[in-house]
Amino acid sequence: MTTEVGSETEVKKDSEQLGPDKAKDKPEEASETPGDQKSRETSSGEAQDSSVPAPTNQSSPSSQKKEKSSPESKGISRFLPPWLKKQKSYTLAEPKDEPKKKATGEEQVVEESESQALEGVAQPRKSLEEATENRQNAKAGDREKHSISSAEIQPSKEDGKETEVEEVAEKKEEKQEEKRETKEVQTAEIKIDNIPQKSPKKIKTVQCKVMLLDGTEYSCDLEKRARGQVLFDKVCEHLNLLEKDYFGLLFYENSEQKNWLDSSKEIKRQIRSLPWIFTFNVKFYPPDPSQLTEDITRYFLCLQLRQDIVSGRLPCSFVTHALLGSYTLQAELGDHDPEEHSSDYISEFQFAPNQTQEMEEKVAELHKTHRGLTPAQADSQFLENAKRLSMYGVDLHHAKDSEGVDIMLGVCANGLLIYKDRLRINRFAWPKILKISYKRSNFYIKVRPAELEQFESTIGFKLPNHRAAKRLWKVCVEHHTFFRLLSPEQPPKAKFLTLGSKFRYSGRTQAQTRQASNLIDRPAPYFERTSSKRVSRSLDGAPMGISDQSLVRDFSATGGQAAGDKIIDLEAAGRAKLKEGGREEDESPLKTPQLEFTQDGKRHASRAEGPCTGVSDADKSSHETLDIVEEKKQAEFGIEETLVVDETNKGKMQVATDAGETCKVEHVSKKDSSSLPSDSSSSSSSSESEDEEVGEYHPHHRAIEEVIREEQEDEEDMKRKEHEENTQHVEAIPEGSKPVPVEHTQVTVEDLVHENTITVATEEKNLSEQIKQDVGEEKEEEQLKLNGDVSHVDIDVAPQLICCSEPPVVKTEMVTISDATQRTEISTKEIPIVQTETKTITYESSQLDGNAVGDTGVLVSAQTITSESISTTTTTHITKMVKGGVSETRIEKRIVITGDADIDHDEALAQAIKEAKEQHPDMSVTRVVVHKETELAEEDED
Amino acid sequence: MAGLGGGLAAFGRCTHAVVRALPESLCRQALRSVAGPEVDLARAEREHQLYVGVLRGKLGLQVLELPADESLPDCVFVEDVAVVCEETALLTRPGAPSRRKEVEAMKRVLESLNLNIVEMVDENATLDGGDVLFTGREFFVGLSKRTNQRGAEILADTFKDYAVSTVPVHDSLHLKSFCSMAGPNLIAIGSSEAAQKALKTMQQMSDHRYDKLTVPDDAAANCIYLNIPSKGHVLLHRAPEEYPESAKVFEKLKDHMLIPIANTELEKVDGSLTCCSVFINKASEL
Repeated sequence: MTTEVGSETEVKKDSEQLGPDKAKDKPEEASETPGDQKSRETSSGEAQDSSVPAPTNQSSPSSQKKEKSSPESKGISRFLPPWLKKQKSYTLAEPKDEPKKKATGEEQVVEESESQALEGVAQPRKSLEEATENRQNAKAGDREKHSISSAEIQPSKEDGKETEVEEVAEKKEEKQEEKRETKEVQTAEIKIDNIPQKSPKKIKTVQCKVMLLDGTEYSCDLEKRARGQVLFDKVCEHLNLLEKDYFGLLFYENSEQKNWLDSSKEIKRQIRSLPWIFTFNVKFYPPDPSQLTEDITRYFLCLQLRQDIVSGRLPCSFVTHALLGSYTLQAELGDHDPEEHSSDYISEFQFAPNQTQEMEEKVAELHKTHRGLTPAQADSQFLENAKRLSMYGVDLHHAKDSEGVDIMLGVCANGLLIYKDRLRINRFAWPKILKISYKRSNFYIKVRPAELEQFESTIGFKLPNHRAAKRLWKVCVEHHTFFRLLSPEQPPKAKFLTLGSKFRYSGRTQAQTRQASNLIDRPAPYFERTSSKRVSRSLDGAPMGISDQSLVRDFSATGGQAAGDKIIDLEAAGRAKLKEGGREEDESPLKTPQLEFTQDGKRHASRAEGPCTGVSDADKSSHETLDIVEEKKQAEFGIEETLVVDETNKGKMQVATDAGETCKVEHVSKKDSSSLPSDSSSSSSSSESEDEEVGEYHPHHRAIEEVIREEQEDEEDMKRKEHEENTQHVEAIPEGSKPVPVEHTQVTVEDLVHENTITVATEEKNLSEQIKQDVGEEKEEEQLKLNGDVSHVDIDVAPQLICCSEPPVVKTEMVTISDATQRTEISTKEIPIVQTETKTITYESSQLDGNAVGDTGVLVSAQTITSESISTTTTTHITKMVKGGVSETRIEKRIVITGDADIDHDEALAQAIKEAKEQHPDMSVTRVVVHKETELAEEDED
Repeated sequence: MAGLGGGLAAFGRCTHAVVRALPESLCRQALRSVAGPEVDLARAEREHQLYVGVLRGKLGLQVLELPADESLPDCVFVEDVAVVCEETALLTRPGAPSRRKEVEAMKRVLESLNLNIVEMVDENATLDGGDVLFTGREFFVGLSKRTNQRGAEILADTFKDYAVSTVPVHDSLHLKSFCSMAGPNLIAIGSSEAAQKALKTMQQMSDHRYDKLTVPDDAAANCIYLNIPSKGHVLLHRAPEEYPESAKVFEKLKDHMLIPIANTELEKVDGSLTCCSVFINKASEL
């Protein structure tokens, strides 16, 4: 959303005008602002004075850009905490560098005056906020905030120029509406936007062709901007299909890779080349086809399965081929008639990839036994048998395991299946999977720990390429949602990071479609079963026009093939009625998720009660520590590795030890976040692009949508960022927590960065990288180097932004080490191995800035990230303070390495420090505190 | 035609059983995983006759008894050389080279029953039937000293309708050394750590939830479940004299017709109840 320089001022005004009104309307929002305001005040006053050695590049393009960009979103951004704004503006800044630079000077002035003006507005709101101690409210506001920011950001990605800031205000209005509506609105706005910019044109139409399951072709003209849903609805209408949620439209990319057309997005954004050719296919194979309401639905499912069988996608034994073939004959020809059905009538049909005479004989023999079955009954029998096939409804994807062995990943209603050759070598049921993500060509699942295990594990697979990984990820997200959830998740809110895929399944779930189809009240529609006689045997044995590969190529050839066989709806067209209040859904699998959620809720609650959780409390005994870890895992589900904005309400700076409390906050917030209409605009823009490098999905917590995994793709960005933060201070804190009596090393690495005012946000990305700590998964170098890399970010938490009245309590004992770089190395080498007691060693940078410690500051934000892996638990606590006009971001990482003597603690520590440094190349390690505990340390515990 | 395995109602149905007599060479030459007391041939034969007698007399199966072959000391363990499911029989390539010739006699008898025969010809493949657990819904194949991945793949290719999952087996000879089906949806499982671990693996791999029957002794977890039209659920399990605690567990199965069978002698050479027979359900010809 690069705002053009010229328009910025104007824009600002607009948003400003709108801003206050909005604020009045929305108390939640208002409650959010004061903290923000305050920090703003402070910062704007001191923006210019660079008291800190750090903020080096005031003049560098990047910092200018940052400053510059904030004003443009003023109206809204006043509801945002600075860091959020930062982030946003950061994104905004990407597309256009030049204009911004020019604008900078001007902007700064404007900004200052504006922030003063804002102050006025802020006052009433502030009082409002104080009255509102209610966290819920605050959280709602927080969420609001996110959606705003995302609304702003998304378009920018999509279409650098489209979005004007005016829109922002409008969007803000929309954002409270229900998600889907919002989405539409969003699109509309963009369109409006476009029109003035481009010369108004006639509505362009594009011809679409859709290959139907019976081999016929349906074509229609679509508006160029039409979303997938429009076409899908047309096709289903043409087919007279009501239970359409099991189906979808496929298009092929490179004639090999099939992709599902996303209904919620514009077709043109998904299929890049003409002609628009699609295949109508079953997308979700119902595990029990007998529960489908209409015969016509079952018929289409049968057609799909026949294709699957003939093409070899659905392997069957000889006997099953014969049996299924015989039901096909019964459905299409009716009872066996010795006169009509001469000896070779069967050869005209294709039942199997490799059909033999013997098989045909067997089919004929079985056909005779089905006498009396109606076509619908024969279809049902067909399905009853087909559904038991082990590969029924399994969507296979080629991949390699961690050792480079070729495997197949199969996505199905129950979960993810892993095959090596034809053997099932593993299976991950949906309830076992905590998180699904992809990153470049890698696909990851994080799996709940098995009964006796303590840590969840992350399993990575290598897909042939990035798109394959994303495709698999999407299929997983969709299958999980369709089969396991009662209703679809909202797409994740945009947060401050917007590059990750926000894709979510947007259709109806199986539960919903069943409910809906229970309401179907129409006479069974008439349809004609087309013959599955083969027109010609193509080489691979599949009928032409049906087999995957041949489809696109042979499009024109097959088009006319069965033109006469269209499904005809004689009676029922348009008569479909839905009656209210249908039968109750009685369907057990669907209840499970609910149960799970309840459980989760309980866990959260219990967790919130006990303050003695979290890594920092892991001081009692080794055993307890493990328990805690376990508990934490369960309570958090997809949240480990989550970045939490933890507002410290008591005006107390949370130092590393506060993890327990942090968690509490986090859980509370999670509970209500589900109710939020999330920002939708994001999905329409961002997930369309096939370029997102990463995506993440948590099967369990719908509430936790604020999980975004993102990867920075823009190299420039990284560079810019690096410029921004130059000063780095190293500081060490003696850790307050007590270690665990297993041999165990605790490392706290604290990073300090001093920066000029307002520039707080940039670190955000750095922070999020910490999630990388998830050791098993993400140790790859490349990832570490990427600045923008974020796994999960859970920002929803900060219910209130609080101004700290007291200085952050960060007392340090200093062990002087002269050079930061050397220091880390020293520390890794010199950790003494203490056998019998707890030892705490603190290394601290000598260049520690006085400001960092003891100065009064305003806490801008605080976040805690926890990630766990086999032997380490990493808790990252991030706080941002504004002190005397200097914004400071402090990242504290607590890495608990637990294990017995097998673990090389020194190496683990070295690794941790190395990682920390790699993750935050622009920050420096200021303090390293090492606690080492051995068995005998129990006396130390309290 | 019931279709795909006829569903669970048909699980354990059988009309025929193939068994093979004991060669005298078994006593000294049969493969055994642990050295121990010598097999008492006379007693072994008595036990085996009792076993065959139950199948033929008590259960009314058509028992096809192959003659012993002295050059094949392990030939009594027919289970290892053929896996029969519905109308398809896979003739295996046993993991022990000394046993490969056992397949020939089995092939003849199965051909006589008009089954679709699939032979494992791949020289890289090995599979012992003792590593194959068919639950009625899917196959589990133990990857053991006797059975390898390739063997399992061929099994999967042979029985395409079913999922075939692999289960690592380390501490015992075969997968079925510590487990078996004790009912249509019931897995009998031993209590050893290895057995429990294998069960966990199977549970994870399966889309289906099986009931389990845990018995104290691994060896006793190998039992034979049959569904005989006139008798209902029939379970052949190890005698109380051998495994009293495990027998008590079986005795709690109220719906089953329980038939205790002693197998003390063959057990010395790693033989269990299922080892000594191959069951076939021949639908009456049309």
